[in-house]
Amino acid sequence: MSRRLKGLFLGVALCALGVAGAAAAGGGTEISGAGATFPYPIYAKWAEAYHKATGVRFNYQSIGSGGGIKQIKARTVDFGASDAPMKPEELDQYGLIQWPQIMGGVVAVVNVPGVKAGEVKLPNAVLADIFLGTVKRWNDPAIRAANVGVELPDKPITVVHRADGSGTTFIFTNYLSKVSPAWKAKVGFGKAVSWPTGVGGKGNEGVASYVRRIRYSIGYVEYAYALQNHMAYVRLRNRAGRYVSPSSKTFQAAAANADWKDAPGYYLILTDQPGAGSWPITGASFILVYKTQSRPEVTRQVLKFFDWSYHHGQKMAGRLDYVPMPAKVVRMVERTWAREIKDRSGRPVWTAR
Amino acid sequence: MDPGTSEITLRVGRTSRSRIGDALFVHVTRVFALLVLLAVVGILVSLAIGAWPALRKFGFGFLVSSQWNPVTKTFGALVPIFGTLITSFIAVLIAIPVSFGIALFITELAPVWLKRPVGTAIELLAAIPSIIYGMWGLFVFAPLFSAHVQPWITDHLGDWPIIGALFQGPPMGIGIFTAGLILAIMVIPFIASVMRDVFEVVPPLLRESAYGLGATTWEVVRHVVLPYTKIGVIGGVMLGLGRALGETMAVTFVIGNAHRISASLFMPGATIASILANEFTEADGRIYTSSLLAVGLILFLITFIVLTLAKLLLLRLTAQEGRRA
Repeated sequence: MSRRLKGLFLGVALCALGVAGAAAAGGGTEISGAGATFPYPIYAKWAEAYHKATGVRFNYQSIGSGGGIKQIKARTVDFGASDAPMKPEELDQYGLIQWPQIMGGVVAVVNVPGVKAGEVKLPNAVLADIFLGTVKRWNDPAIRAANVGVELPDKPITVVHRADGSGTTFIFTNYLSKVSPAWKAKVGFGKAVSWPTGVGGKGNEGVASYVRRIRYSIGYVEYAYALQNHMAYVRLRNRAGRYVSPSSKTFQAAAANADWKDAPGYYLILTDQPGAGSWPITGASFILVYKTQSRPEVTRQVLKFFDWSYHHGQKMAGRLDYVPMPAKVVRMVERTWAREIKDRSGRPVWTAR
Repeated sequence: MDPGTSEITLRVGRTSRSRIGDALFVHVTRVFALLVLLAVVGILVSLAIGAWPALRKFGFGFLVSSQWNPVTKTFGALVPIFGTLITSFIAVLIAIPVSFGIALFITELAPVWLKRPVGTAIELLAAIPSIIYGMWGLFVFAPLFSAHVQPWITDHLGDWPIIGALFQGPPMGIGIFTAGLILAIMVIPFIASVMRDVFEVVPPLLRESAYGLGATTWEVVRHVVLPYTKIGVIGGVMLGLGRALGETMAVTFVIGNAHRISASLFMPGATIASILANEFTEADGRIYTSSLLAVGLILFLITFIVLTLAKLLLLRLTAQEGRRA
């Protein structure tokens, strides 16, 4: 909780400073954005490095994906960030453009005394059934069948989900909808859904802390939170039928198969991707800006920052277990910038590097 | 002009000057007071405007539907209303006897040297930010409760007819009951310090006379102190209830945040304040935001009704007092 709160306070404070600063400096060296919490750690890292390299300050408030979309619609920030992509028609309606900036994975974590990380395997439909509340106990035949040799207790399963709207929930429920018709029919997917069972924690930290505190529970968090808290993740079966563990390698495998070229407006959700080594719950985090710019100079700074991150930020991303965008996607995004983002007189804002 | 007249003019001059000062003072204070009224009306109006789309779409059903589905965009406020009322009820149920005991001990029973430290400690408790209570509830109370108390209660009371259902469910340590208990701890200082203050204003003459007639401590409390102070006591309880109804962060930490009404007190739920804290920043779409504002409006009305009832109760009590006298 503390990191997020700190981030929030810092963000609010910096935003206030940013407004004042932008007014004073004509907006030349301050860029501000708001949105998804999922990529916040890496954006903060990039911002620090970028400030050292160029002197440009980058303020990011991690207020959540829905908040990011709201703020960019209200034009209070220079860019918005969201884990759930906006639909192409919605982008057109608001005159926005989006692109994927970074990728990562969502993992299911459990707290069953004696069960270590990666020890439990859950078939897709069973994971959905647990979150639906139809598989109620750890020694359910459906779970036991996939875990021969693992001792599972005769205890009720407590489901832990997000209480707040979240891009992580969007990615996770999107995956459940793809692999379980029952889930799709009863719950569906979105940043917030009507959970049939379980308790809700606020933020990735909240879910992580509930799972650690409640015995015999299962929850889902962004991978970095599972790593930091040494939580027991679950191995899942991907579309190729193989059980895989979450790691930057399996996230990358899922990302490599993503077909960005044929996704208008970069509307692509990376869950349940093909490939033998693909982690099934992978997602990208998106950046949103306006297509027609009244302040092209500021937007040029925004684009410069994200372009710098594409080219110089891969190592930092890898260290925090995020997956950088592949080079060919980066080239595509740069071409999109050049083509789509214009100032008032129709001149492109982004003119090659 | 003789000295007397000049003295009179001087005095008149001073009076008129102070009259202007007076008028200024009256107007300024009136503006301040009206500002408060304006703020209340402003909040009510803006809440009502924000809530209007949801109320128009769902109508009266909004109050009685337990649906809360952001995917299909159908919302109902029954779950958070229920959660708010039941947690506050548990809180007040626990807090009244405890606060009563504390106030009684401080005013009637404690040796003089102990009165001040205990009184100050109670006041300090009231000054602790609510999020600290929430953290304590989640990190200290919930694990202990789920490991040692809850399994025992479920084993021993869970099978009883009728009330057994209240105590079932997996031992999580968080839920409706924990939220109520944390709220009770938070409102005890408020209720206790108000009770102590009103107990202290009982004229020593009355108290000493009763003792002089041979009354026991309990009889003095029951027949002298309580009748004399019941308005203040009820006021204190209502103050506590008001705080419990609107408390946000501490409850959000420990209630479990689930949009469900369960029979068991150990199962998670949600209150109006907790869903606002959780969902407001991420609510996109007009109906979702509007529904959240609508539950906010309902909370406003619930608090308003509670305070009105308290006032009415007090009025009736004072009227009775008058008749008896």
